[in-house]
Amino acid sequence: MSRTLILTTLSALLGHWRRHPLQVFALIAGLALATALWSGVQALNAEARASYARAANLLGQDQFDRILRQDGRVMDQAIFSKLRRTGYLVSPLLETRLGSGPNALRVLGIDPLTLPVAALPERLQSGSIAVTDILLEGQVLMTSDTASRGLPPDLTEQARTILGNARYDDTLATGLVIGDIATIAKLVGETGPTALIVSTPQPFGLAPIDTWLASQGDLILQQAETSNDLARLTDSFHLNLTAFGFLAFAVGLFITHATIGLAFEQRRTSLRALRALGVPLVGLIVLLAAELGVFALVSGVIGLGLGYGLATTLLPEVSASLRGLYGADIGAALQFDPIWAVAALAMSSIGATIAGASALWRVARLPILRSATPNSWAQTSAALRLVQAILGLGLLALSGLVVIFGSGLMIGFIGLAALLLGGALVLPFGLSVLLAGIATRVRAPFLHWALADMRLSLPALSLSLMALLLALSTNIGVSTMVGSFRATFTGWLDQRLASELYLTTATPEQAARVTDYLTPRVDAILPFALADTRFGGLPAELHGLVDHATYRDHWPFLEALPDAWSQMTEGQGVVINEQLARREGLEPGQDFDVTPTLTLPILGIYSDYGNPEGQAIIGLDLFKTLFPESPPLRFALRTDPATVTDLAADITEATGLSPQSMINQAAVKDISLRVFEQTFQVTYALNALTLGVAGFAMFTSLLTLSEMRLLQIAPIWAAGQRRQKLAWAEFLRIIAFASFCAIFALPLGLALAHYLLAIINVEAFGWRLPLQIFPADLVKLCALAAGAAAIAALWPAWQLARLSPHRLLGLFAHER
Amino acid sequence: MNARSLLALVFMWIAPVVYAQGFAGLGLSAEGYAAVDRSRPITFPQDHTAHPDYRIEWWYLTANLTDAAGNPLGAQWTVFRNATRPADGQSNAWEDGQIWLGHAAVTLPDQHYHSERYARGGTSQAGALLTENLLEIWIDDWGLQSLNTASETDALNQIIVSARGDTFSYELTLTSHGPFVRHGVNGFSVKSNEGQASYYYSQPFYQVSGTITLPNGARKVSGQAWLDREWSSQPLAADQAGWDWVSLHFETGEKLMGFSLRSRDETRFTSATWIAANGQPTAYGDGALRMTPIVTHDVAGRTLPVGWHITLPDQGLDIRTNALNPNAWMGGTIPYWEGPVFSTGSHQGRGYLEMTGY
Amino acid sequence: MLLELRNVSKSFESGEGRVTVLKDLSLQLSAGHSLALTGESGVGKSTLLHLVAGLERPDHGEILIKGQDITKLNDAGLAPIRRQSIGLVFQQFNLIPALTIGDNLSFQARLAGRYDRDWIAHLSQGLGLETVLTRYPEEISGGQQQRVAVGRALALRPDLILADEPTGNLDEENGQAVLSLFLQLIAESGAGLLMVTHSARIAAACETRRHLSRGQLQASDP
Repeated sequence: MSRTLILTTLSALLGHWRRHPLQVFALIAGLALATALWSGVQALNAEARASYARAANLLGQDQFDRILRQDGRVMDQAIFSKLRRTGYLVSPLLETRLGSGPNALRVLGIDPLTLPVAALPERLQSGSIAVTDILLEGQVLMTSDTASRGLPPDLTEQARTILGNARYDDTLATGLVIGDIATIAKLVGETGPTALIVSTPQPFGLAPIDTWLASQGDLILQQAETSNDLARLTDSFHLNLTAFGFLAFAVGLFITHATIGLAFEQRRTSLRALRALGVPLVGLIVLLAAELGVFALVSGVIGLGLGYGLATTLLPEVSASLRGLYGADIGAALQFDPIWAVAALAMSSIGATIAGASALWRVARLPILRSATPNSWAQTSAALRLVQAILGLGLLALSGLVVIFGSGLMIGFIGLAALLLGGALVLPFGLSVLLAGIATRVRAPFLHWALADMRLSLPALSLSLMALLLALSTNIGVSTMVGSFRATFTGWLDQRLASELYLTTATPEQAARVTDYLTPRVDAILPFALADTRFGGLPAELHGLVDHATYRDHWPFLEALPDAWSQMTEGQGVVINEQLARREGLEPGQDFDVTPTLTLPILGIYSDYGNPEGQAIIGLDLFKTLFPESPPLRFALRTDPATVTDLAADITEATGLSPQSMINQAAVKDISLRVFEQTFQVTYALNALTLGVAGFAMFTSLLTLSEMRLLQIAPIWAAGQRRQKLAWAEFLRIIAFASFCAIFALPLGLALAHYLLAIINVEAFGWRLPLQIFPADLVKLCALAAGAAAIAALWPAWQLARLSPHRLLGLFAHER
Repeated sequence: MNARSLLALVFMWIAPVVYAQGFAGLGLSAEGYAAVDRSRPITFPQDHTAHPDYRIEWWYLTANLTDAAGNPLGAQWTVFRNATRPADGQSNAWEDGQIWLGHAAVTLPDQHYHSERYARGGTSQAGALLTENLLEIWIDDWGLQSLNTASETDALNQIIVSARGDTFSYELTLTSHGPFVRHGVNGFSVKSNEGQASYYYSQPFYQVSGTITLPNGARKVSGQAWLDREWSSQPLAADQAGWDWVSLHFETGEKLMGFSLRSRDETRFTSATWIAANGQPTAYGDGALRMTPIVTHDVAGRTLPVGWHITLPDQGLDIRTNALNPNAWMGGTIPYWEGPVFSTGSHQGRGYLEMTGY
Repeated sequence: MLLELRNVSKSFESGEGRVTVLKDLSLQLSAGHSLALTGESGVGKSTLLHLVAGLERPDHGEILIKGQDITKLNDAGLAPIRRQSIGLVFQQFNLIPALTIGDNLSFQARLAGRYDRDWIAHLSQGLGLETVLTRYPEEISGGQQQRVAVGRALALRPDLILADEPTGNLDEENGQAVLSLFLQLIAESGAGLLMVTHSARIAAACETRRHLSRGQLQASDP
């Protein structure tokens, strides 16, 4: 192709966009939105994963083995010296939690003198923070947002002083404090290390360290882990986000595909003319592809910017969700990664390719001479619609099979995708059948025409209707899931938190003082104790509780043997939480290793929502013999709820127990529910975004279609219908479409909710929830969908109402 | 700057200006620490063990050995103690204001093995202990330990010294055949014209036997060893950048300890102790000993004078020293050169050369 | 008088400034009569028709349909007149794509509340459309589509039929056939016809002929 030919052809092709700026907008907006949502979600995932990776390789967990006590407790400092003096290179680590509440800290004491260099925190390794600052100056490292979010309330003055001497290191996880082991020992009032990091290689001529450990009995060697618990725990959450990202991307592609298809159709005449004038087919396709490429580039850049903005906006919510669900801290600042730019551009190019491929294919097969049939691009034949519907039904069946036979998170998501895609594919056929059915029952001519016209415009709108269906079903599904969760959770809180006031004392002496004071003043004092341990190699908690009606009557057992609570408190068995039971495949009646030396039968399994870790409960008396060093320092009080506030004040006055050490039931519930709401913030946000994008897809479809709509409407107008009436009809038509979508979305959304609760939730969080339907929420969502559609239809309808008769007349006069 | 060099800074109790403060921070101000006092005599066995009031201290053993096949080799064993703050009685299980550092090496003509260990005081991972007249200095499983059982013999009379690295280990038994030698004036050793000084004594009369294990197997060794004990709170002047130090056993039974401290302006401060075969020391002040580099060698990216011309005219000494292995580089967090040498010229002999601050 | 135009003027903005299309034009058509308006392309024939149909408004002058001045009416007032009294047949057939031929034929009559099954059956028979009543517009030929347009205009028995090149898109033979049917059915319905065409031969089929030139009617009657 000569340069002139290329330029002439280009100007003929580009002329179209000059005349249809709205299409340019729709095309770029669609592609940019798709890219933005996708890359935004990816950025969030990447940020979170990077922080897990940092957590995973923190102190070389991924490279160096560790020596732990079998029961997970603090070990004697002498074990460290003994190993060193035997010649083994090990480095002490003191890891614990400090404070309570949402700002509780994870503190790590290290010995930089013996720690392998590769295990030093990043900035100590690079030298940008001097080892001397923490080793000799007693400074501690934490991120600036850990400092700015505030310290936990229940800290001693000394702890506050130590934490005040902080160096900010934003490569750490939020909520993590690292310091020299001597500093941290002072901070937490604990000496012994919790672990010993084993260097490699070990010196020349020593027996392998495990042979030494074998002679010690209660010490175990934990292998270096390449993947950590956190990454595994949170996998499902990120898969969730990714699914949302894909959904948004798909919705964005609907917009783009519709626009490119329309533009192609409107340029059909020009394309044919160009071909007739001797422009080679290959050249034409290359130019069209190049045009698409430019669109992809522009959209990619815009999408990148939007995606970054989106990710930055959502990060605090994602962060809150992750903290709420898993206690994982990922910080609130997003680091820009150049890999995004590449990914965003790649995604927008892929999007443009997917959306434009069929248009290019049709250009390639464009007959030069045959005359145009109007609207043919959008006229999906009834046959194709049927094929789509059959395919859709097949997918729905597949997702049904997954429900029955499948297991595993990935399979679950595949089933979910099949459900949604199947539903979307069935939609056009379903709507067509529905409309045809109604149309035959209506004889009023205008309404009859309106229904017939809706059916005719179905192919053109079907993509955006599918997008709306997807968004709406997802919304219904997710809100039903969250609603079910909230209802179950609230009920569970009522059962689990039956006592009116909870106290935490610091020492057995204080505990004695407090109980002495309280004994004559309250209905019951229920002491309990807890210890950190490991079940199945994973961190877990063991609790010791007493027998009391409060527990017997209210404890939220999912499954239990008769009289489980009383037997448990007598030391006859153990009760475990649902997470532990599902993880280890345990059932009541089976044996469970409470400690390496104690095996008890499982008496019951209770629900323990919101806790990612395993938990087991034994009788307090048994607990005391097993863990003499963890005396019961916590107490639940039964008393008249009305007196709780006064009682708390009296306790402080009489025993000096600080108000921070007492939490009343209402406050716990309040905090729990707040955490719960925070947890689902990001879900709400993504839901709203998806619905918004679907609304936008509808809007752009209507805009790009408005020119074609005139052809349908002009004869009706000429036949004596007022423009206002036609505009109203146009407006109501879209709302009717949205309402029909909502009708289809309801069963689809509820199926989705079932999926999320019965399959995804169990896989992801380890607990199953009963499905509850909230009709008010559903009505609200359907209204929202109609509202979104109404907003999308408002402008085109308004345009139509104000349309100059001249434009309509033009349609009668000249060839399009 | 990497973590290793930062660890070195730790040991030196350093602020960011370390390299303006003399080699290994030894020129830092001594405020709050015990000072070296000319009038305080060195007493045994008390002074064999640690002096936590002083900032810096070391037990430094170098051994010139021969294996059963007659091949020459050398072994080094050092433990440094460094106070991170003047002693204030404050301590907890992980910190007592002391940091310990161990260096060990084995040098063959074509191989040089070395290893380094750090430890914090307060954990018993490292320390110095004198009970009655039994001495133990240790870091990890490296140790210097009295062997004698008779209460009247000195704690350092017979000792066992051991160390272990990634690729070597050794265990040597040492028996002294001569008296302790106090350098300078009764052990008060001056290090600069401004008067910086340290307490410094040696046991140069050790006979050694033991085993050195290398990747290719264990070998029996025997030979001579020299133990240096030195402590101070500010041994170097602020402008002194490093030193070149030798200890030599001559075939005549005589011995020489000599060092040359280099200032940043290239001026040198020398000091020497000539030890007669019966152990009688003669101390020489600045200028008596002359040390002139004659052979240089590139190692670890630096150029070092591994061959020296050394004269002490007062004793008729005029020798040249050659390194057993010019690559005897101690490439740890505080890098320096330390290795066996042989002397030719007026006095034949063997010994150790140490060069710091290059 | 069925239709009367009094001193009607109309001008448009165009690229070269304001173009006057009709200037003080007056015209009368009595019920049951047919009038052909001829003229060159772009002379304003279609504009005149649109004015009469109430699809556009004149700059000056009055347009009376059955004595009522439609220029005084707003959109709400015009719509019933269009719906009840006027049948339109345009150059483009402008059938409603969403409806079948049968529904297209009866659509306006139903809207006007004047659905007469027998009359429409008669029309479809006369127009030869009985076999395509259940088809959609895009499925039939151009000639058939034009016949549907004619039938649709007649179906509500309007007082006035406005036709703009009703056979413009058809070939000579087809055009003649449709035209004669058209005129015959109009005669049966008793409606008045105002038809614009550039073809003298087609114009000849009407009782009266006027020629439009430079915005004015010429009294010529070739």
